[in-house]
Amino acid sequence: MFNFPEKLEFSIAGIIDAIVEWILTNLDGLFDLISTIIVYVFYYVETFLNYIPWWVMILLVIYIGYRLYHVGMGLVLGLLLFLIGVFGLWEMMIYTLAIVLISVVVSLLIGIPTGILMAKNKRFEKILLPILDAMQTMPSFVYLIPAVMLFGLGKVPAVFATTIYAIPPVIRLTFLGISNVDKEVREAGMAFGSTPFQLLFKIELPQALSTIMTGVNQTTMMAMAMVVISSMIGAEGIGEEVLVAIRNLEVGRGFQAGFAVVFLAILLDRLLQGTTKKLQGGDDA
Amino acid sequence: MKKVKRKNKIEVENLQLIFGKGRAKQKAIKMVEAGATNEEIREETGCAVGIRNIDLNIKEGELFVIVGLSGSGKSSFLRCFNKLNHPNRGEIRIDGEDILSYDKNQLQELRRHKIGMVFQHFGLLSHRTILDNVAYGLEVQGIEPESRKEKAYEANKIVGLEGWEDYYPHQLSGGMKQRVGLARAIATEPEVLLMDEPYSALDPLIRRDMQNELLNLEEYIDKTIVFITHDMNEAFKMGDRIALLKDGEIVQKGKPMEFFDDPRNDYVRDFIADVDKGQVLKAKQVMDDVDVDFKANDSRSEVLSTLEDENMKVGFVVDENNKLIGRVTLDNVKTSRAKTIKDLIETDIQSFYRQRFIKEILPLVGETDYSVPIVDSKNRLRGTINKEVIINALI
Repeated sequence: MFNFPEKLEFSIAGIIDAIVEWILTNLDGLFDLISTIIVYVFYYVETFLNYIPWWVMILLVIYIGYRLYHVGMGLVLGLLLFLIGVFGLWEMMIYTLAIVLISVVVSLLIGIPTGILMAKNKRFEKILLPILDAMQTMPSFVYLIPAVMLFGLGKVPAVFATTIYAIPPVIRLTFLGISNVDKEVREAGMAFGSTPFQLLFKIELPQALSTIMTGVNQTTMMAMAMVVISSMIGAEGIGEEVLVAIRNLEVGRGFQAGFAVVFLAILLDRLLQGTTKKLQGGDDA
Repeated sequence: MKKVKRKNKIEVENLQLIFGKGRAKQKAIKMVEAGATNEEIREETGCAVGIRNIDLNIKEGELFVIVGLSGSGKSSFLRCFNKLNHPNRGEIRIDGEDILSYDKNQLQELRRHKIGMVFQHFGLLSHRTILDNVAYGLEVQGIEPESRKEKAYEANKIVGLEGWEDYYPHQLSGGMKQRVGLARAIATEPEVLLMDEPYSALDPLIRRDMQNELLNLEEYIDKTIVFITHDMNEAFKMGDRIALLKDGEIVQKGKPMEFFDDPRNDYVRDFIADVDKGQVLKAKQVMDDVDVDFKANDSRSEVLSTLEDENMKVGFVVDENNKLIGRVTLDNVKTSRAKTIKDLIETDIQSFYRQRFIKEILPLVGETDYSVPIVDSKNRLRGTINKEVIINALI
């Protein structure tokens, strides 16, 4: 009487399994192609990042920090990066950074046009909003399973899962930014005979820029969080270090890796926020 | 010699605008026909009625004011002129062409070249400098950066924004921002200027200055202006003619004086109760239109018969650009034997600038029995005035 009747129980797990199975057998070629592209891009990004001498990268961060903020901030950011090296995690950091960069770029390439489309099309908005809600409340581990099934183990499913996990904020905030462009400003654009393209690129996107950049920032932070988790499916990098520490119950090693993640996150966050401020130029009324 | 009739720039006919979709909108349209009030229609169908039915003509070079309380549909109406709103019935003809039947490209041309717009809250692009804001209309036309910069500088100069080109909108006061809005609208050299409560967001002193500036500018830029306001004093101060809007319909339209002489109903009477006539009425608002004007080489006999037919004591002579040369009196034309009126023209006559308040003109006009010509800043004949007209206006 108090237990849910067994007769009514019905698992949707089977259906989802069947769908994934179908995708695997029928779209195999597509995923192979995606996989090849990701591996290829990853190789070049990682090689490029490794090609930069460590001290050049630190000096670069200090310089950018100085240009975006002031000397003090530049030195702090440089120090954070330096500390990651001191922890002995430099190469892992490069690996993690490469996955994050690729995931974020893919997220933006897909997310910004999607957000624009949502703002322009009421029906699309209605369909996508609940999907975004679901994506943002879905436990992040769940994404690992289809990623593994589709791409096996390693960095490719990590990029895939990270992208899926990190994409909602940039879609949502692009949508929000464009929807919230002042009515009169948009009307002004139309009243002077802008084409829809001119309206988008000369008025709506620039006006929504700061909101979109907030989305980019959030997406980057989400990617940072996910990239650690995706070490569970064989992505190397700092996440792997955390995983090893958990397995061996090494508190110190775990926190050291944890701090490295935090430092990298702070670094990326400050650089993005500073860039946003610079991009806005005079617009901070 | 020609009969002077100023051309209609904009003709609105049978216009109706209802916001809504599908079946609800069809029902709302039926309810309007049946005479339901806007409130009833909104409750029944959820559709907002913008304009019920409007017929209106706006003449070339005129500053036409549409006045009404908020919710009267005046802003919705204005947005029909460049099709930011889509009326569901009727016609809007600009220079005789129905713009509501325009396709996408024609509409774009109309918006780019023929119509400029100024917004209540300015509608400036916060990410662009003042100069780039002013140049926006030129930019979307695809004009080269150098020449659009030049034109934008020119427009800035006209509205008194010189030296502010490199600032951003948030660095400017409200009055200055609206100057940017105006500069942007005139930079594309449109023939029609739509102004949607341009000065409502400004404080009273700035507002007065801006009103006076626009009146002076109007002379200079020579455009047809459709001006929206909720302030009756502003309406009478600015308007050559006025239409009072209520619930999407015109309650009364005409020259400012007609509102005082012959208020259509109590609503109009209520509306004009607070207007201080001495403070707002200007020559252009009370003057008579010029029905006939003459050229220096018109034949004397024809002029004579025209003057007698039209029952005029005096006629005004203009050149081919409509600039005032002088006057001929009926007496002189009658007694002369000349072939043309050329030698009969009295050139040393008093004329008044049409933006002058009639309070100031009264003592000067009071001395003569003849009508006095009213001219614009380029000395073109725009109307006539005599002492009866002024006295009637003030009492």
